[in-house]
Parts: sequence; structure tokens; C-alpha cells
Amino acid sequence: MKIKADRDVCIGAGNCVLAAENVFDQDDDAIVVVLEESPQDEDAESARNAVGSCPSGALSIEET
Amino acid sequence: MATAQAPVLPLHMRRDRFDPPAEIAAIREQPGLGRVTTPIGRPAWLVTRYEDAREVLGDATRFSSAGLPVIPVPGAAPGEQRSGNLLMLDPPEHTRLRRLLTGEFTVKRIRRLQPRIAEIVDAQLDAMEQAGPPADLVPDFALPVPSLVICELLGVPYADRAEFHSRAAKQLDLTRPLEERGQVAMESRAYMGELVDRAFAEPGDDMLGMLVREHGDDLTRTELIGISSLLLIAGHETTANMLAIGTLALLRHPEQAAVVRDDPEATAPAVEELMRFLSVVHTGVPRVATADTEVAGQAVGAGDVLVVSLPAADRDRALVEDPDRLDVGRAASHHVAFGHGVHHCLGAPLARMEMATAFPALLRRFPTLAPAIPFEDVDFRSASVVHGLRSLPVTW
Ligand code: HEM
Ligand code: SF4
Repeated sequence: MKIKADRDVCIGAGNCVLAAENVFDQDDDAIVVVLEESPQDEDAESARNAVGSCPSGALSIEET
Repeated sequence: MATAQAPVLPLHMRRDRFDPPAEIAAIREQPGLGRVTTPIGRPAWLVTRYEDAREVLGDATRFSSAGLPVIPVPGAAPGEQRSGNLLMLDPPEHTRLRRLLTGEFTVKRIRRLQPRIAEIVDAQLDAMEQAGPPADLVPDFALPVPSLVICELLGVPYADRAEFHSRAAKQLDLTRPLEERGQVAMESRAYMGELVDRAFAEPGDDMLGMLVREHGDDLTRTELIGISSLLLIAGHETTANMLAIGTLALLRHPEQAAVVRDDPEATAPAVEELMRFLSVVHTGVPRVATADTEVAGQAVGAGDVLVVSLPAADRDRALVEDPDRLDVGRAASHHVAFGHGVHHCLGAPLARMEMATAFPALLRRFPTLAPAIPFEDVDFRSASVVHGLRSLPVTW
């Protein structure tokens, strides 16, 4: 799996950080930063959850 | 004796205690969209299903939040009532303003506030304990905690709370004429205007000071007033109602209250489930279709108004199984109680932190906490933009 984040679409709500702290962070303006592009196991599960809870549609997953 | 006539509330703003009314649940079972009349008398489409709610709230291009006219108030300059109010702006103006603020509400920034929030919560609990039972949870706990937090964060004197609490409650009170609510909103702006001028003269360490220091050139005075007025009202009214009605919901399910009290791991999912189950904000700002389109197979014309029922969407089986049951053990984080799309609640990380601190602390301090009146007599605050309780007598 490969995580993609569109920083122009992100509204900085932080749902992704709460759902998957090892995978996502926010910069000083609250815009999403991907820490781990290809998360494994538990982190992959949390990342999927994070993508579903993102209100702006900034996150997507490419299955590889 | 003259008794106040109970106003007929629009369907999408009615509740049956914790639940959306049965009529709304029935509309959710029907194909297409429901029909309601907004408080200004305009017919509107009612969106009740989870997927449809996400579609409408998630598309600010097709569905504008700036489409409804504001009720003009004497003395307000054109555009003044909307200025800086993120809720009523569309991109790109919305994006520009929101980006100035999001940095203050990152998960990391809010985590740094946690110890201070815990202090505020504990001080309130100390006062309750010293005074002894019974207490009224609304004025003694639910309202002061988020008010103190937003006052400190924003830079608003807590000593002014009696005035701004009363103005906020009036602004959200659906039984008052729209003109009066608009007038009170302008009074709130006038109050905030003084604080903003003070911040321009001598910017402090709080958010008002930060906005002036870092963005004083990008923001007009009216925009700054609009932003801060919204933060003050959204920052205390919503969370206060969640704390009160959320506590009542937990006390109705003592075994679930015990989980929240005893297991720190259970707090975060419990907060999300309480948010979902209660969805205290009935609807966000009504959206207006910007072009002819279709929602749930229903043709929607350009200029049509759409109202999204957040509690209806959050009680949809498409979101969780057995949606009318409170179950703090389930993972329900994809709810729309904070909205969805570009207007998704800016304060969500703060609200979550306040709730995650307050609920367990309250239950731990008073393990025998219980309502002091029968459930049938609880004073639910119907007829407000934010659902909640007017008071909650408790004992321990
Ligand atoms: C449990 C508490 C809360 C609930 C249920 C809640 C709910 C909501 C909802 C549903 C919206 C979207 C409205 C729409 O789409 O039209 C919203 C937006 C907003 N909320 Fe909250 N909120 C809460 C706490 C807070 C707090 C603590 C703050 C501030 C510190 C805050 C500030 C805002 C702001 C500024 C917006 C407008 C965002 C925008 O339009 O971009 N909220 N909130
Ligand atoms: S959840 Fe979505 S909008 Fe929020 S910070 Fe993460 S990517 Fe951005």
C-alpha cells in the first residue's frame, strides 16, 4: 500500500494524526505530512482508518 | 395567565431527548430527500443518509455555505455580519482565513494544552466537592470548563462570562425572532471589537495577540472580529452541551460510565461514540446548490436550499450497526458530528481533548454520581441551534 496526501486539499483537521500517529503528522500550519508512505500491519490498518476519517478527501491509498 | 406559546420548530431541529425524531428516521428509510421549511420560511431539501450527508458537506463547489442571505440588522455595514465568519464563507476566501487559524489547532498544539485543561477541570471539581451535593452540572461544570479554556486560549476576560454566555445562548435560541438574534450577534461583535482593538494596541501571548502579530496585515479588523466571535461562541456552547448531555447519556448506562471511569484506553473511542450518538449540532449551515444537480437520485435545482441532519446521518446503519444504541466500546470515528468537508470543525482537536479530560475526571471524582431528578423531568434544551441540557441536577 502507498499513502498519498494532497496538501492543497488538506484543511488541517488532524483526524489522520489521531487515527494513525505513526503514519501522519501535521506541519506548523496544520497541513498533513506523511511520515510513513508504506505502512505495515497495524499501522496499515490505522492508515486505512485515517483515510476514511479525513473530512477533506486529501488522503488516498494506492494498493501496490 | 399568559403562557408562552411553544414555537413550532422545523423538523430538522427537533429531538426526542437523545434521539432524532421518529419522522426523520422515517424519511431516512425513503428514497430521495425529505422536505422541510427553514426558520426563515424557505422550503429546503432534508438530507438524512450518511453517504448523502458526506456528499453534500464534502462538495463546497456544488453546495455553497455563503448562499443564504443574512437577515440585515440596522447599523451593520454591508457584508459586516458575514465577515470573518468561516462558517458562512466559501473557498477561496474560506481557505485563506482558515489557513491562518489551523496552525493553532494542530493535534500537537492541543496536546500541549492538556495539563492546563486538566487543571481547569480539577478546580471545577474541587469547587463542586467543597460545596457538596447536590449540584447543577451545567453551571457548575459543563459550561465553565470550555468557557475558561476558550477564554484563556483566545484572550477573552473570563470575568465577562455572564454577558457573553447570555448573548451566545440568545444567538442560538430558535424561539427568538431572527432580527433579535442578528442584533445580539452584532452586540457580540461590538464586544469583540473592543478586545480586538486592545490586541492591536498591545498584542498579548494569546490567540488574538498572535493573529494581530503574525497576520495583522492579512486580516481586516472586521475579519478578526468575525473570527474571534465565532471561536468564542463555537468554543464554549458546543462543548458545554456535549459535556452535560454526554454525562447524562453515560449515567443512563452505568456499565458504560464505569468503563469510561476505569479504563484510560477507553476514553478516546468513548468520546467519538458520544459525539456520534448525540450529534448535538442539528445541522450545519444550510447549503445552497450552485447549479442544477442531483442528490440521492433527486433533482436539485440551482438556488435550492439543502439542510443536512447530522444526527440522522450519524444514526444511519450505513455508518454503524445498531446505530440507536450507545456503545462506547465501538470505533465510530467516521461520524459527521463535527461536520465534513472544508468546514469540518476547526476546534475538533480541542473539543476532543476537553471531553477526553473532563468525562473521566468527573466520573473518577464522584464514582457514585447520579441524576438527582427522574429522567422524565430532565430539562432538555430543545429549540436551540445546539442541542443539550438547560440544567442537570446531580448528586453523589
Ligand atoms: C463538541 C464540540 C463541538 C461540536 C459538536 C462542533 C461541531 C461543529 C460542526 C458540525 C461544524 C461544521 C458546521 C458546518 O459545516 O456548517 C463546526 C465548525 C466549526 N467549529 Fe466546531 N464543534 C465543537 C467544538 C468546537 C470548538 C471547541 C471550537 C473552537 C475552539 C469550534 C470551532 C469551530 C469553527 C471555527 C468552525 C467553522 C469551521 C469552518 O467553517 O471552516 N468548534 N463545528
Ligand atoms: S485528516 Fe485530512 S484534512 Fe485533516 S489533517 Fe489529515 S489529511 Fe488534512
